[in-house]
Amino acid sequence: MSDLRQIAFYGKGGIGKSTTSQNTLAALVELDQKILIVGCDPKADSTRLILNSKAQDTVLHMAAEMGSVEDLELEDVLKVGFKDIKCVESGGPEPGVGCAGRGVITAINFLEENGAYDDVDYVSYDVLGDVVCGGFAMPIRENKAQEIYIVMSGEMMALYAANNISKGILKYANSGGVRLGGLICNERQTDKELELAEALAARLGSQLIHFVPRDNIVQHAELRRQTVLQYAPESQQAEEYRQLANKIHNNSGKGVIPSPITMEELEEMLMEFGIMQSEEERLAAIAASEAQAS
Amino acid sequence: MAKDHVGGSEDYEALIEEVLAAYPAKSAKRRAKHLTVAKATEEEPDATTGIASKCDTQKSNIKSVPGVMTIRGCAYAGSKGVVWGPVKDMVHISHGPVGCGQYSWSQRRNYYIGKTGVDSFVTMQFTTDFQEKDIVFGGDKKLAKTIDEIQELFPLNNGVTIQSECPIGLIGDDIEAVAKQKNKEHGKTMVPVRCEGFRGVSQSLGHHIANDAVRDWVFDKEDSEAVKAYEPGQYDVNVIGDYNIGGDAWASRILLEEMGLNVVGNWSGDATLAEIERAPKAKLNLIHCYRSMNYICRHMEEKYGIEWMEYNFFGPSQIAASLRAIASKFDATIQENAEKVIAKYQPLVDEVIAKYRPRLEGKSVMLYVGGLRPRHVVTAYDDLGMVIAGTGYEFGHGDDYKRTGHYVKEGTLIYDDVTGYELEKFIEKIRPDLVGSGIKEKYPVQKMGIPFRQMHSWDYSGPYHGYDGFAIFARDMDMAINNPVWGLYDAPWKSAPEAIAAE
Repeated sequence: MSDLRQIAFYGKGGIGKSTTSQNTLAALVELDQKILIVGCDPKADSTRLILNSKAQDTVLHMAAEMGSVEDLELEDVLKVGFKDIKCVESGGPEPGVGCAGRGVITAINFLEENGAYDDVDYVSYDVLGDVVCGGFAMPIRENKAQEIYIVMSGEMMALYAANNISKGILKYANSGGVRLGGLICNERQTDKELELAEALAARLGSQLIHFVPRDNIVQHAELRRQTVLQYAPESQQAEEYRQLANKIHNNSGKGVIPSPITMEELEEMLMEFGIMQSEEERLAAIAASEAQAS
Repeated sequence: MAKDHVGGSEDYEALIEEVLAAYPAKSAKRRAKHLTVAKATEEEPDATTGIASKCDTQKSNIKSVPGVMTIRGCAYAGSKGVVWGPVKDMVHISHGPVGCGQYSWSQRRNYYIGKTGVDSFVTMQFTTDFQEKDIVFGGDKKLAKTIDEIQELFPLNNGVTIQSECPIGLIGDDIEAVAKQKNKEHGKTMVPVRCEGFRGVSQSLGHHIANDAVRDWVFDKEDSEAVKAYEPGQYDVNVIGDYNIGGDAWASRILLEEMGLNVVGNWSGDATLAEIERAPKAKLNLIHCYRSMNYICRHMEEKYGIEWMEYNFFGPSQIAASLRAIASKFDATIQENAEKVIAKYQPLVDEVIAKYRPRLEGKSVMLYVGGLRPRHVVTAYDDLGMVIAGTGYEFGHGDDYKRTGHYVKEGTLIYDDVTGYELEKFIEKIRPDLVGSGIKEKYPVQKMGIPFRQMHSWDYSGPYHGYDGFAIFARDMDMAINNPVWGLYDAPWKSAPEAIAAE
């Protein structure tokens, strides 16, 4: 299918990738798009809001149970959830054993070979944490995802992870054609969050595609294993996700090759925003407090 | 092919230049450090061989140049194939995908006495046969199950070693935990060996890792019944680094026993686990393959105060010298016995030399073997009047090259980790009367019209160690060199055009 769009959500662990991606994709359905979500996280929690259920049977666990991945049928692992969104989880080993990266490669190959990508308009990969090894780079390699959306916040380590992921994208940008679609800031209410997110996006040569405000309704929906789009479709937060979905939909082909920065540059940027003190400022502050004490 | 190019270049320095010229500048510079000619030295000549030359000017034991065909093996080959594989009463699991174990199955011709599949397992292949799911979910459970099945199917095994293939290191399987657990459950020795193939530059690191595994997982454990029953004696020796290729260890052992020594352990050809366990109680370690087993000898020296010495049982001159050197570590009785043994075999030696030396005198030989034989077998050829034109190690270290100076004369071509291309060119230009190397080299060399003997496996023959082995060695070399087939090498119509014209 020539007009199949493949996108991927990356970001630091715990940043809200799965929540953001599921809400956004649920909104994307309203634009008449047929969607397949591929969860690439051994925790297998990328699809629970769509399926309204606990973690589904994963490709790798089913394959291990049946003997090998060749014994597996697509129907065994492909589930259909909210508004006919198709969901697959790659799954993987318990923490501390085996090779989850290889699992992602195996699962994606299985899905492609068995026609999971036929008859959908969008394939969305939800990938765990950082790009820790080659396996987790699978969605950005070999002409899989065309655009990567990095979910981040104004926290230092989230910015750091976003920059790192950009390095991974840069590595494969020329061979595989992957592009950075933009940053999605998931508000944490840190200092100057919007400005920082925009600044980093600019440094990376990309854009802040949307600033998702913090709203407790997301939490309420999540506790009910639902997206906001399902739980409160009329809410303001649902509208935010619709906007994001729209922007992503219209962002086709507009991704860029990112220009990641060094750790020093990242720290400098934080200093510019007054979030981190420079060495001189720090010494001055210590001297000041000492003077006050004496 | 260049069959008529007999004699070849005497100027090996120029030959090295010529061969290196084919490489890109960077590779040529790197490879140049591994190719040299044995130089003159100020050092005293070796007492036995009367030879002194300088062979340690070159680099060794470093990474092969990418893109070349190296003849080296990997760490797994060094541990499973060389050190542990021959221990006959243990089961050695090739832990990982099936290929490593399958394609190295029974390659080393380590002879042993025992009922295969009952109390001995050397020629059997055990593997955990990793599948995709074992990579993804880890193979610990499968390993544990494999060990359980082995205990059920082969209850007379005395232990298990776990030989790690590459993926084990990549996915971080905790084989040590499995080994400890299974040791508790089955009460047998379990040895995890971290010999993943990607570690190190050659099989040499695998030997070292395997030696360390003996130290960490066999020594100083609770003694087995076999060890408790053993009463140490004053003439107890261990033979270390004899893998009993084609029966080598047996041909060696009889000489030591005739001398009055008690060989309590032979590592690891035809070995049992008990021989390894009780080794620290022996008086002396006799080390043949220095490269693969010096580590554990040094450890036994440090920890248990056991002296070690190198010896050489290739060819009568070295055998006699070694027997005397070994005897000198013991009392006068043993020393007298050594002389008796040497005298006893002298008629055999005389007979062999009388028969074969006239047929082999002056013939030139090029060797390329592993980590010991490139120097050790040289004297066996010397005893037959043959001349070494070139020699080199796959995985020798600096100390091996230093020792090589006691065996090869000034002017010998020395090549370290030689590439397929270099070796072929050297052979083509030098055109020796015999090449001794491995199976990968055998057929290209024979196609050049040059006789060849496999010097890893003894070409399905052997033993070559000891006096009995020397007789077989001499016969085999004669058989290769003086085989009438070499006279039929050229197509008859090329050598006799007149005869055809006359018809």
